[in-house]
Amino acid sequence: MTVLDAGPLARRLAQALFVLWGAFTGAFIALYLLPSDPVTLMLAQRADGPSAVIDPRQAAAIRVEYGFDQPVWRQYLTLLGRAVHGDFGTSVQTRESVSHLVTGALPQTVGLAGAALLIAVPLGVALPVLSACSRHRAVSRLVDSLPAVGVSIPSFWLGILLLQLLSFHWVVFPATGNTGIRSIVLPALTLSLPTAAVIAQVLGRSLRSSLGSAYVELAKAKGASRSWIVFRHALRNASLPAVTVAGLVGGNLLGGAVVIETVFARNGLGQITVNAVTNEDLPVLLGLVVLAAAIFVVTSLVIESVYPLLDPRIRRS
Amino acid sequence: MVNQMLLRVAGLDVTYTDRRATVAAVRGAELSITRGEVVALVGESGSGKSSLAHAILRLLPASGRVTAGAIHFDGEDLLAASPKRLRQLRGARIALIPQDAAAFLNPTKRVGAQVAEVRRIHRRSDRRASAREAITLLATAGLPEPQVRARQYPHELSGGMRQRVLIAIALAGEPDLIVADEPTSALDVTVQREVLDHLGQLVATLGVSMLLITHDLAVAADRADRVLVMRDGAVVESGSTTSVLLQPQHLYTRSLVAAAPRLSGPRVLVDHRVRAATRLDDRGDLGPPVLTLRNVTRIYTRPLGGRRRQEFRAVDDVTITVNRAESVGLVGESGSGKSTLARIAAALDAPTTGTAAIDGIDATRRPERELRQMRRRVQLIHQSPFASLDPRFTVARSITEPLRAFGIGDRDSRRATARQLLDHVGLPAAALRHRPTELSGGQRQRVAIARALALEPALLICDEPVSALDVSTQSQILELLARLQADLGISYLFISHDLAVVRQICDRIAVMRDGHIIEDTDIDTLFTAPNHPYTRQLLNAIPGARLR
Repeated sequence: MTVLDAGPLARRLAQALFVLWGAFTGAFIALYLLPSDPVTLMLAQRADGPSAVIDPRQAAAIRVEYGFDQPVWRQYLTLLGRAVHGDFGTSVQTRESVSHLVTGALPQTVGLAGAALLIAVPLGVALPVLSACSRHRAVSRLVDSLPAVGVSIPSFWLGILLLQLLSFHWVVFPATGNTGIRSIVLPALTLSLPTAAVIAQVLGRSLRSSLGSAYVELAKAKGASRSWIVFRHALRNASLPAVTVAGLVGGNLLGGAVVIETVFARNGLGQITVNAVTNEDLPVLLGLVVLAAAIFVVTSLVIESVYPLLDPRIRRS
Repeated sequence: MVNQMLLRVAGLDVTYTDRRATVAAVRGAELSITRGEVVALVGESGSGKSSLAHAILRLLPASGRVTAGAIHFDGEDLLAASPKRLRQLRGARIALIPQDAAAFLNPTKRVGAQVAEVRRIHRRSDRRASAREAITLLATAGLPEPQVRARQYPHELSGGMRQRVLIAIALAGEPDLIVADEPTSALDVTVQREVLDHLGQLVATLGVSMLLITHDLAVAADRADRVLVMRDGAVVESGSTTSVLLQPQHLYTRSLVAAAPRLSGPRVLVDHRVRAATRLDDRGDLGPPVLTLRNVTRIYTRPLGGRRRQEFRAVDDVTITVNRAESVGLVGESGSGKSTLARIAAALDAPTTGTAAIDGIDATRRPERELRQMRRRVQLIHQSPFASLDPRFTVARSITEPLRAFGIGDRDSRRATARQLLDHVGLPAAALRHRPTELSGGQRQRVAIARALALEPALLICDEPVSALDVSTQSQILELLARLQADLGISYLFISHDLAVVRQICDRIAVMRDGHIIEDTDIDTLFTAPNHPYTRQLLNAIPGARLR
């Protein structure tokens, strides 16, 4: 007996590929049909300033090199064909291969997002559990109000606040850079708090509804204590919506990392994204969009394979 | 036997408070149970019987409070007990068997673990020993193959098996008192009988006391040493089972005993020979049967993965007719195919083979447009009047909805029809403005009947129309249905698991089992000389032998 047999798994993978194709195509349409000319921009940059005279022949040569002279549909098919093989072309700015550029920066950002997740999940679970186990109504009310605060705080503002306190006022953690484990603490904390807040909100709500259910009443009639009921009955039943949300915000962490990396001046995908956007580096942007889609697809596949472990009713017999 | 007092409840008041109002659910209740005694607490919904039971376990919801009185368990004042002390008592000395096993078992925990848990909470045994004991307990509760079942999840068990798991949970702490809150009312009669028999034996052999809470006087009559009758929060009558049931003193108890559906004695429905005239149409003609099902088979297929499919015959070669102004009962337990047959009769589902004719016209293999018109002739009344009415619709809107759907009449004429229909079902015209939440269960079912009558159908399919209602309301609705038949010459296909209810209203009964009709005969023959052993089994399972 397997949790998933070949049929649904194949369908899932097909859906995943469709999502990736959709992301690629959507990004292509948005980026390539925009009224802008990356070649002019690039040449202007090389010549140090927009006022420089641009050599039309040089521009034409670059257009041929990047395939910009081809009709749009052919550009699309060529790029799609290459993308299938993992080749997203080369950066207009740096002439470096896009896949090389992105995979080079990926570990930094994944490390940051992963560290944030490591803080966010325990925190997001601990708050509602603390509130549910507490006998004092004032404590649960206070704890319950924290997530709402956490969700409303803009992360860049939180980042600046943390910097102000922990890097400048008391010099505990470095303010910027990628060096050493200590440099990741502040950005990861900044990134994790809103995520933890969302998880705590969703888990708190479903935990409250689980605690009101009939099987919890029977557990009370068995003589079980509050913490016994929370940990052995309610939490697992309440975790499904929280897992869904954790998957979604987990995917979002990468997007959040872009902002945070800018605030803390860290190297990573964020920096690359910002540069690519300001310089209209289309191949890099396309690669980043597909990467983001791939991360979402993988997260949701992971989440869906977790469901049957949590709820036996979803398992296929 | 030592006649030792185990539980004494004196002058108990329970009130519920919300933002708007304070409601007294229990008022001055008196109750005592000695060791080894089975006491039944009988009452209709809202009588306060569940509040009283929960107060004994000190498990009232947050809005509920004990405002007066005393509860002493084995000499100990439960109202003064600390939360810690109460946790020691619950499960270990006072156990609960709740009503709905599907909701009261944790869906994500194996049933063995849910039994073993009681042993672990009270530190009677460790993880491994408690797992072994759980299997023994499941066996004691009468669950076959306890080793296999213990490893399963609640959704993998049938309703009867789940109820036995709840019994095992209650026994796990070796309690002195079991509070059984409607322990079998969600089960079929034969399963109900098995479970109650088994529970009764266990209670007797283990010497446990039991407070059996039920709305069903018949169940109380069969199982209890003493009976208490509750109404509007007060205990109105108490005494030995025989004296309460045979010589009820209080007016309410008398009406309860009188309203209990019986297997003998007068029926709601007058004899069909007397009603012969209503069977004829305007021209004095009997006409074609309103419903003819001929050799109807309905097969469901379920993919098993790959190419394999599992076939399930929900209905298997069923032939049945319903004549004008006739009431045919369809009796069977859950899973017997009753509801599938009802859907086919209402032209909502098509048989895999065989024909289903309405007014003599074959409804199978017809285009949707024609089916829609044919469906006007057959209307359905569902079991739960709570679920079948849209809570946001006023009564007027609910009743006129079918008229609007078929574009019949204008706004004013529809409104007039609605008023007339309400009058038919015995509700005042003022009810038109109300919403379902403002009505009682019986009133809602009347609205559902009025809605079903709006299209002037020839046949009403009543799918367990009274099983969600209290006995006194039940008999009122049955009377209404009988009167409507006499007035309108309408036919009923009356689906129920309850033979006593079916007997009240039907001319003929068809007994269904595993998709087959195993017996189709007139009502007198069925009750006096049942042919099939299963029919006899069903008749024997009906509780309340002492009431008859």
